[in-house]
Amino acid sequence: MFLLEQVVNGLVLGGYYLLVALGLSLIFSVGGIVNLAHGAFYALGAYASLEIAKYTGFGPSVVLSPVAVALLGILFERFILRRFYTADPVLSLLVTFGLAMLTEQLIRIIWGASPLPATIPPTFRGSIIVGDFLFSRYRLLLLGVVAAVLLGIWLLLQKTSFGRVVRAGIQRPDMVAALGIKLQPYMTTVVMIGVGMAAMAGAFFAPITIVQPAMGAEIINVAFVVVVIGGLGSFWGVVIASLLVGVVRGITIHFAPAAGEASIYVLLFLVLMLRPRGLLGERIEKFE
Amino acid sequence: MKRHTRRQVLQAGAALAGSATLGFPSISYGQSDKIKIGHLTPLTGFLGALGAYAQLGIRMAAEEINQSGGVMGRQIDLMSEDSVNPATAATKAQRMLEQDGAVVLMGEINSASALTIMQVAARNKKLYMQIGARSDALRGKNCNRYTFHVDIPNTVMVNAVGAALLRDNMVKGKKFFTLTADYIFGHDLLGAAKRFFSANDGNLIGDELIATDVTDFSPYLLKIRQAKPDIVCSNLAGNQVTTLIKQYAEFGLPYPIVGFNLNTADAWAAGEGNLAGTWPTVWYHTLDVPASKTFVANFIKKHGKPPENHAWIEYISLKIMAQAMNATKSTDTEALIAYLEKETEFDILKARKGHFRSWDHQLMQEAYPFTIKAKGEAKDKWDLLALGAAVPGPNEKLEVLAPTREQNPCTL
Repeated sequence: MFLLEQVVNGLVLGGYYLLVALGLSLIFSVGGIVNLAHGAFYALGAYASLEIAKYTGFGPSVVLSPVAVALLGILFERFILRRFYTADPVLSLLVTFGLAMLTEQLIRIIWGASPLPATIPPTFRGSIIVGDFLFSRYRLLLLGVVAAVLLGIWLLLQKTSFGRVVRAGIQRPDMVAALGIKLQPYMTTVVMIGVGMAAMAGAFFAPITIVQPAMGAEIINVAFVVVVIGGLGSFWGVVIASLLVGVVRGITIHFAPAAGEASIYVLLFLVLMLRPRGLLGERIEKFE
Repeated sequence: MKRHTRRQVLQAGAALAGSATLGFPSISYGQSDKIKIGHLTPLTGFLGALGAYAQLGIRMAAEEINQSGGVMGRQIDLMSEDSVNPATAATKAQRMLEQDGAVVLMGEINSASALTIMQVAARNKKLYMQIGARSDALRGKNCNRYTFHVDIPNTVMVNAVGAALLRDNMVKGKKFFTLTADYIFGHDLLGAAKRFFSANDGNLIGDELIATDVTDFSPYLLKIRQAKPDIVCSNLAGNQVTTLIKQYAEFGLPYPIVGFNLNTADAWAAGEGNLAGTWPTVWYHTLDVPASKTFVANFIKKHGKPPENHAWIEYISLKIMAQAMNATKSTDTEALIAYLEKETEFDILKARKGHFRSWDHQLMQEAYPFTIKAKGEAKDKWDLLALGAAVPGPNEKLEVLAPTREQNPCTL
């Protein structure tokens, strides 16, 4: 019973990884760029939400902050990422890594090294007990938001012409170009959505984690593990991998707490041994 | 005005040195005229927020000392760096002594890094003033004669909070569940907590070791709920405490929470209404002591925010070091050790003065248990804590909370 509680809690935690990992995966799949600066947008989302919340309160801040960061994402794509789509992957790794460090230091200069306080709005404090399970109200809210975002992204990718082009662009960018479709505006939108989701995760997690300059570096590791386990280019792969990572961590902490943080890397290792492309990774020609 | 040439000064100095006994070997001709002090503190990682305050505090002391003429007429050159982790801390400490010309080492908050710096100090036979790390082992089984410890050790923190818990009838027959930082500091604190529980009939029904990079505590909170303790007790460190406080408030578990370690920066970061319980501190900016108030006012004027306990402790540490150098007219390791071991009293901006105990080099000083101010009582966002009366009480010896000779295996 207690174990089941950890499994359910792990699923909730997985939802949080998902917000960051899905954007990372999308940008990777379409542009072929591992965005090491993704965590920086997560951190900016958290800091921006606290600034906005001073004027508007919690509700609007978790909406406006991702929007503001998404707009920043347009500039990021237009002036930085765009130069590296066809370049050696090492270059884009370096430039996004540099940007991550730059952002962390900028945050340190603007907001200081000390963590900023943030609290959950009173309505969502405490937990509710369903049967024998204990749920944090706030995490349930979070789960609802993640589900809604997930549905939105899925519909966008599967049911719109925008999504068709993006999916085609992941598999055969040359064919898309041959059909006279320019991928660049699509890429801008994908980056915008991706970093916006990271910022949303930052805004929602500010009240329950530590808002400090290096918070982005912490999340990027887990997000990266999730993306690799899930497999490139696979929407559901990332979803399953997020939940799996959350659950595996919860179960490990139940039985062997000391191994809790290592468990996700062991999972990564096992998955890559058995399925080098990740759980649901598709064969993508440009990455082979 | 006629300027003295270097040669004249040296001749005069040589004459002076010749007339005295050979007591000042450290003032040698080749030395630069600044006194170089090597300072290490974590600026990144889970203790980074505390280290940022530490740096502000020691820099402020250095500026004040230099503005008032320096030490023995020489300016202090403070070389302050991020200690990063225990291995890097040791490498940097060695480099500061060997290449940069540091005459003493100071600083640190992380007990594991402090331990490696202590070894470097002993190997090089240089003084290390270990300022902010609290593990008992540093001044216990790992102690060495080159290291002096300023911050209160774990046992004192446990005893400070313990006294308040005993008073409130919260120990005898109660079930405790502890969460412990998984490195030397936490292990050490858990040891002190266990000794306290068993001496006072408290039952420890569960403990979880938590790695310092864990950002999600929910699985541990579920385990606490399953164990159904009477009291949850934190032996965590740095921003781990902040995460615990935030997520404990998030889940709203019904068990009261107390802790044996908290730094005010981590309390400030928790956010309004999240913190509860009884905790220990070594100093707080609302302390009602005139000298402390002057320091706080100057700090606020300079930085726009009140000093945290690590800013205070670094500030008084450099002042102590300057006083020792001025009094001995030397930066020589042996002279400084002898001076500090004399149990000289230092003004540490508290009601009672402090002194280093000669046999384990631990600064004897007051500590304070505190609780959290109710909503509406705080004057500003920094004014969170309601300080309890200083322990030990005014009529007790400062040593009563510290480990005794029988309890402390230290031999220098």
